[in-house]
Amino acid sequence: MTAKRRLLKGTDAFGEGAVTAGCQLFCGYPITPQSELTHYLATRLPQVGGIYLQSESETAAINMVYGAAGAGARVLTASSGPGISLMSEGLSYLAGAELPAVIINIMRGGPGLGNTRPSQSDYWQATKGGGHGDYRLITLAPWSVQENFDFTILAFELADKYRNPVMILADGILAQMMETVEVLEISRLNQTPFDKPWATTGTMGRRPKNIISSLHLPPEELEAHNQKLLNKYLAIEDCEARAECYGISEAEIVVVAFGIAARIATAAIALGSERGLKIGLFRPQTLWPFPARQLQEAVKHAKRILVLELNTGQMVYDVRYALGSSKAVDFYGRCGGMVFTPMEILGYILSGGSQGAVAYN
Amino acid sequence: MAVAGEWFLPQWRSWDTSYREDRKVLSPTTNRPRSLVDISFHYCPGCGHGIIHRLVAEVIDELGIQGQTIGVASVGCSVHTLSYFDLDMQQAAHGRAPAVATGIKRVLPKQIVFTYQGDGDLGAIGIGEMFHATARGEKITVIYVNNAVYGMTGGQMAPTTLIGQATSTTPDGRLPDRDGFPIKVAELVSMIDGSAFVARTSVHNPVNVARTKKAIRMAFQAQMNRLGLGLVEVLSPCPTNWHLSPSEAMKWIENVMIKSFPLGIMKSLER
Repeated sequence: MTAKRRLLKGTDAFGEGAVTAGCQLFCGYPITPQSELTHYLATRLPQVGGIYLQSESETAAINMVYGAAGAGARVLTASSGPGISLMSEGLSYLAGAELPAVIINIMRGGPGLGNTRPSQSDYWQATKGGGHGDYRLITLAPWSVQENFDFTILAFELADKYRNPVMILADGILAQMMETVEVLEISRLNQTPFDKPWATTGTMGRRPKNIISSLHLPPEELEAHNQKLLNKYLAIEDCEARAECYGISEAEIVVVAFGIAARIATAAIALGSERGLKIGLFRPQTLWPFPARQLQEAVKHAKRILVLELNTGQMVYDVRYALGSSKAVDFYGRCGGMVFTPMEILGYILSGGSQGAVAYN
Repeated sequence: MAVAGEWFLPQWRSWDTSYREDRKVLSPTTNRPRSLVDISFHYCPGCGHGIIHRLVAEVIDELGIQGQTIGVASVGCSVHTLSYFDLDMQQAAHGRAPAVATGIKRVLPKQIVFTYQGDGDLGAIGIGEMFHATARGEKITVIYVNNAVYGMTGGQMAPTTLIGQATSTTPDGRLPDRDGFPIKVAELVSMIDGSAFVARTSVHNPVNVARTKKAIRMAFQAQMNRLGLGLVEVLSPCPTNWHLSPSEAMKWIENVMIKSFPLGIMKSLER
């Protein structure tokens, strides 16, 4: 397996990750700040025998994804908040029919049309539903252009492994910034392709018919199906929760943040250590399943927990749920496309948590 | 949080009709098309779906494409095409069948893909997917069953309901000022570059049943020849929601419905 270092824009790293993972089809609709990904894939996918297909809406895109995933292909779509809302119907159907697919959400400010600035305000939509019914979306949160690339490959693997849609939750900064990335040169990465005997590829007269459907009219049957899905979700919670810790062992204050907020927090932590503060960082890489066990372990010796998010407080609920009443959990956020600076975070920590643009207690 | 207690896990699913042994067609004289599963339809007496299912299955048999065909079911009464066609099938969300079919056809270009949709599904919520799949010239076939009402949900006004027609949501008849006008899908699709074969047919008498079968065959052939999208709009009786007997429903198509929805081939690139 050879790797090559390349300077890549965030969106292009998503695209190259998809190509490396053997993505056969991209269906999507332009929306800021996702659009450059469509530019990249429109050029790049045909070079490797894939198909770029511009859909007439996000609704159509996610249903094209459904059809192609049901036909056994590795398939990708990408959008931002308003478009993901339109795709929510399809996400529920994908989860119900147990189809593997990858959806990239490059978050922008909301609600409504909001703006095109970076935000993390779609955390609840990704991890708590969006569509209807009892279903879960595996949600990955990259924090660098390298992870944009790596997590896209991981997303295709997890989607196929569990027959479940996977969302990558990034934001406008992660999409627009450029960094060096170690790009793997081998398509498919020596992966064994997943066998998909359930796919509707045509019986060719050699097997009974396959049906891709989320319809279960008898209530006993739908309850059993939901139980089967739940068993799968529990297995994913057991096996797939991922997180990284930085400087946790000495820390008196543990910052919990994901994605670009965690990236900014590292600078605040460095400024704090210059002032003798012992601050650690706990960074969930999977938002669902939420790494609750890892978090409980990481904050054992901490005096203060501070959750940093670019929203008015969404992941903080999962942090509090994971920690119960064992620790006081403080929150500091900016939203609407406003991004906190490292000094601002440090100021908030030094003030003991009394000032904040979106103080939430 | 695991749910406590013992779970009864039934071994059958809704399209596995082994639990409906009593409804099996036992007579070998029915000469069932191979592309239909050997079970009886659940449709109301006098419904057109059974006839149209059989015509589609006969065409697939005669073209010898059963093994390479994938069908996309829509939402409404025809949702159970999942069970009835002995083909690989996908269930689409309401109105989205042309997008689902696009996804399948793009990754399996050598296979034959068709959608089977009602007028509420295709003409209302799914009109965007229909027009754009046509405009892209997707090589798919659309069987579009028009009975001028929403069937499964209780006979409400549909985008195809005729002017003056009484439905459960237009009890005094469809009024243009209030309810707008019926949508003529076949004419509209035929005007879009990308459609290769478009026809409107009916199943109200044997002659028109035969014409319907011929149109369905031509629509599939347009796909096999990679000419573009084929659509057959089939006028189909709904005695239950029209509040007519099956024979009166056939007469209503002949005497009333065809005046608003004229029959014929609107477009055929082969002609």
